[in-house]
Amino acid sequence: MLEREKDIRELKNKIEELRRMALEKNADLTEEINILEAKLGKMEAESIRNLSPMDKLALSRLVERPTTLDYIEKIFDGFIELHGDRKFGDDPSIVGGIARLGSLPVTVIGQQKGRDIKENVRRNFGMPRPEGFRKALRLMKQAEKFRRPVICFVDTPGADPGAGAEERGQAEAIARNLMEMINLRVPVISIVIGEGGSGGALALSVADEIWMLEHSVYAILSPEGFASILWKDARRAQEAALKMKITAQDLLAMGLIDKIIPEPPGGAHRDPDRTAAAIKDCLLQVPFDSMLAQGEELPGRRYEKYRKIGSFLESDG
Amino acid sequence: MIRIHKVFKKPRYLVLQQNTSTAGRASAQNQAATQPQVHSSPVIPNGLWGKCEKCGTTIYTKDHIKNHKVCLNCGHHYRLGARERIELIMDTGTFVETDAGLTTLNPLAFEGYEQKLAAEREKTGLKEAVVTGYGKINGHNTVIAVMDSSFIMGSMGSVVGEKITRAFEYATAKKLPIIVFTASGGARMQEGMFSLMQMAKTSAAVARHDQAGGLYISVLTDPTTGGVTASFAMLGDIILAEPGALIGFAGKRVGEQTIKQKLPDGFQRAEFLLEHGFIDQIVPRKNLKLTLSRLLRLHSRL
Ligand SMILES: [Zn+2]
Repeated sequence: MLEREKDIRELKNKIEELRRMALEKNADLTEEINILEAKLGKMEAESIRNLSPMDKLALSRLVERPTTLDYIEKIFDGFIELHGDRKFGDDPSIVGGIARLGSLPVTVIGQQKGRDIKENVRRNFGMPRPEGFRKALRLMKQAEKFRRPVICFVDTPGADPGAGAEERGQAEAIARNLMEMINLRVPVISIVIGEGGSGGALALSVADEIWMLEHSVYAILSPEGFASILWKDARRAQEAALKMKITAQDLLAMGLIDKIIPEPPGGAHRDPDRTAAAIKDCLLQVPFDSMLAQGEELPGRRYEKYRKIGSFLESDG
Repeated sequence: MIRIHKVFKKPRYLVLQQNTSTAGRASAQNQAATQPQVHSSPVIPNGLWGKCEKCGTTIYTKDHIKNHKVCLNCGHHYRLGARERIELIMDTGTFVETDAGLTTLNPLAFEGYEQKLAAEREKTGLKEAVVTGYGKINGHNTVIAVMDSSFIMGSMGSVVGEKITRAFEYATAKKLPIIVFTASGGARMQEGMFSLMQMAKTSAAVARHDQAGGLYISVLTDPTTGGVTASFAMLGDIILAEPGALIGFAGKRVGEQTIKQKLPDGFQRAEFLLEHGFIDQIVPRKNLKLTLSRLLRLHSRL
């Protein structure tokens, strides 16, 4: 997958170069350029066909892939970011705030990966610490108070597993979100836009509806981690990705998510505007007004949604 | 070796004995699972006696079992199985098991999972990694769920999630308190996202019990990590822990690999969590039943 992306990038550069040469040297290279462009079109088309789960995993982690803040800017109006958990600090790996969806005020929260190395370091590679989850919960409770729908963007390799996070109660922070989100009396929509990694993703996706972008993934653990734990061999990640059923398509088929939002040919990063427009279309179809009016019923419905999940047989003792 | 088996209360140690080549080590406890680095797997004394893995003192099997698997010399708490725990905590003859007939399917059609489950059932004599039911503790009625880390590392899949959820729903409906003993390496890998979703399902059941004003006491035992810690384990109205229990979110090895930083020793022990404000009290095993019954009494609705 990444190889193919690299080839496509190289070919694009080559075409650019030919164009420049044609201009500079005033030579007619139209035929050569046409041949390469045809080849590029073919490669781009091929690159989206037959994507394996590992391809999708790579695509979901692509640094060019649009992030939460990209989508917030493109989908909503007048976003005002709100910081801090009021307990310990502000975690830049989760962003949140208030914005308008059309005319409707909403609370928007999401994990934020960096768009380059420097930002990734600041954003902790999108791995939230307890204060991130607690900020998210604070903003959700605030949304409940002011009767705003909550829209979450999920994009994380997982919760931060480091010593500081443990010290400040990573497990408690995640657990608290799960318990509180079930009871929110305002609509919650969670959209997996890239990598949905384990408990860190779940802590933003106990929702009335869970959507996934076409090439995003949602897994209990990274396929690398899965392979090293189960088979003591991280190199079998490819095989793990296949067996773990982590793609949006697999999860929809198993009834664990509610909707898949199509991506432009080649993936969200090829046309972020179009991807954002597709998400916005889906959001505009949600009957937020009537859901807000029936706020008291939302916890019960959410309970039933999760209550059903499980795969077991029942017999007498 | 054969004649020694008589001293063990539970026949399942026979299996462990036969499988273990290293004297005094229950490697079966460690092989499964999601937390391969967990130290402090219990010594099953090789025969009539063994050495304490913590202090090196000679442990006599008979005394060890009589002392509920706490080292008489150093107080090290070895792991207890679900049945042993129920025997220790519940008034004799009062425990009624519920939902014993639940068995997991193989939702991802994961190769080898059915065989793995069959082998674990054979090895442990348990159907799954949690036993649920109700009964009395020093006369006080309660619902109880006890996890067992010897069954695929106490990992939570569909059945563990369902049984815990049903136990909470039963407690809520009957207006009873619920006590959950956690012991888990985390999520059941072989069930993928179905496992992850059990975290949300069980937390939802805790939330309902909470809203109905019901009491929930969680008792964290060695080891409690991963998805179980990050869901119902940390949501008790009162959270107790056994001394020295490993309690954490990420496995230490996973943590070190991910953040490329050495983690300090003892940073995920019960004592560390107490110091950082995440549990209410550390209770030695010998005081556990009394502490629980006193708490139940303080919350009893007459
Ligand atoms: Zn000892």
